Amino acid sequence: MIKIDEKGFYGKFGGAYIPEMLHPNIEELRENYEQIIATPEFQKEFRGLLKDFVGRPTPLYFASRLSEKYGAKIYLKREDLCHTGAHKVNNTVGQIIMAKKLGKKRIIAETGAGQHGVATATVCALMGMDCTIYMGAVDIQRQRPNVERMKILGAKVVPATSGSQTLKDATNEAMRQWINNPVDTHYIIGSVVGPHPYPEMVARFQSVISEEIKWQLKEKEGTENPDIVIACVGGGSNAAGAFFHYYNVPQVRLVAAEAAGLGVTSGKSAATTVLGTSGILHGSKTLLMQTEDGQVVEPHSISAGLDYPGIGPVHAHLFDIGRAEFVAVEDEDAMKAGIELSRTEGIIPAIETAHAIHALNLIEYSKDDIIVINLSGRGDKDLDTYIKWGGY
Amino acid sequence: MNRIDNLFQTKKERVLSIYFTAGFPKLKDTLPIMQAIESAGADIIEVGVPYSDPIADGPTIQDSNQIALDNGMSLKKLFEQLQDMRQTVSLPVVLMGYLNPIIQYGMEAFCKKCQEIGVDGLILPDLPMQQYLDEFKEVFDKYDLRNTFLISPQTSEKRIREIDTHSNGFIYMVSAHSITGARTGISEEQIAYFQRVEAMNLKNPRLIGFGISDSETFTTASKYGNGAIIGSAFIKKIKESQNLKSDIESYIQSVIH
Repeated sequence: MIKIDEKGFYGKFGGAYIPEMLHPNIEELRENYEQIIATPEFQKEFRGLLKDFVGRPTPLYFASRLSEKYGAKIYLKREDLCHTGAHKVNNTVGQIIMAKKLGKKRIIAETGAGQHGVATATVCALMGMDCTIYMGAVDIQRQRPNVERMKILGAKVVPATSGSQTLKDATNEAMRQWINNPVDTHYIIGSVVGPHPYPEMVARFQSVISEEIKWQLKEKEGTENPDIVIACVGGGSNAAGAFFHYYNVPQVRLVAAEAAGLGVTSGKSAATTVLGTSGILHGSKTLLMQTEDGQVVEPHSISAGLDYPGIGPVHAHLFDIGRAEFVAVEDEDAMKAGIELSRTEGIIPAIETAHAIHALNLIEYSKDDIIVINLSGRGDKDLDTYIKWGGY
Repeated sequence: MNRIDNLFQTKKERVLSIYFTAGFPKLKDTLPIMQAIESAGADIIEVGVPYSDPIADGPTIQDSNQIALDNGMSLKKLFEQLQDMRQTVSLPVVLMGYLNPIIQYGMEAFCKKCQEIGVDGLILPDLPMQQYLDEFKEVFDKYDLRNTFLISPQTSEKRIREIDTHSNGFIYMVSAHSITGARTGISEEQIAYFQRVEAMNLKNPRLIGFGISDSETFTTASKYGNGAIIGSAFIKKIKESQNLKSDIESYIQSVIH
């Protein structure tokens, strides 16, 4: 059974390793979130916004040309069609309603590719809440359109200038600012990382993805269960959402595509399950890329959203017990897969998502297998990277 | 006898603890800085173990951590440097660091080494009380290491009582809800918090940290606690220093007097 325990652990991974200054905030959330989510009032508002604001349910689309090419029945779960262009908004809608119920006035968040930042800025505008987004200075350069999007939506974007100046450092900075403003501020973490209860809470908000896959597949194929679900993993929120209702259905294979960067042995990689060992980052025990001395290693991926040295504790657990298969996809192969999907199905995917497409080349399946790929985001934000790469 | 216990038995007020990052500003400065802190008249030396992701620290200490790592500092290196520290340093020594490098070293091996070289206590800001009780208390006790927890203005009375029960050595009172180096001076609101905690009559001594930088703030903090901890302000002083020993001595003496 994949289930979180009372102390916030999935097997060996998880927990809440946080400075005492954050204890009251985390306690407040831990004590209240399940109960708040369970109220009909919360569910009505959450479900209402997912339908009318986000545009859910997102289609489960049969990709016929891709299926023909690879020799399997391939469906794409179209999270790229969510408002703001990726699955991230499922979580921010849930968390902003939560923040309101907890009486918070101000929202902070970290962002890597900028998708979570945009999704957070969007729901803050929707609810009229003050919003500050922390983003690595390097990411601000490579994801310019999303930075401007956040500003148009009224958010303040603050560069994180320490370390590698990417997602890890933006998360450090957001945590520091939460310590500085503990009473009126809610921190919307964008992935299934961070101290308990964040990984589970974010996974539950994203679980709408697999909830929909089940009934949509039932309509199309007469079964709720595909043979394989594929998703990309940085921190792992879209994968957690796509896997959630299949964790405990053993006949459904779960495949997680990590970013190999320039290659797992190149020193420029973000393939955490290959290169990582157990450690503590951002408040939870998980698999982590680190030196022998326990210093966190700076990752590399062409996609800002996968450029993270850890993975969510639930994924570390899925890896540890062998419940999910992990594959590592190099920058070049991901870019090619992005072009391939563009030309076979008319969908330009986010580069993060393109890693999941390439996974089709790395796993075994037969032609009758039903494969669902979680198409977590669209490629508009990545045009600069596609153009610079130029291989099309 | 553990030097922290010994200190607080004989000195109950104006206890000054100085934090610095090991391997900063230069790799080999660690021991000379400790010696200078002692000769200047401080009471406790807090040696920071540098970490790549110090989430409770502001820019000053983040910088010093990064510089120390770039200089080649590591836990192994630190233990080498401190191997014979008890020949020249008699003050209580506390190691302050984030959990991950210590867990990679191995908690038991780490504690054993601490005792061997004469470390008296630990401050691990991202080790929560429950995890400490469940996983590490036994081994801390085995090697006679005092464990210091932090409390902040948001910490509830109930939780402060629990922390007091499970602390030995001293309690680290974070003076405001903030990361290190974020504040200067002490506000009325903070004084109300100091008084509230003072009135709880805790069994452990209390040192006040975050925002202490000079004689005035040290004196105010000492009024409501047993003393204070200076970190960021000290790091700033030594960062540009051309003569560590004399700069450290004149700075610490200006705080004490």
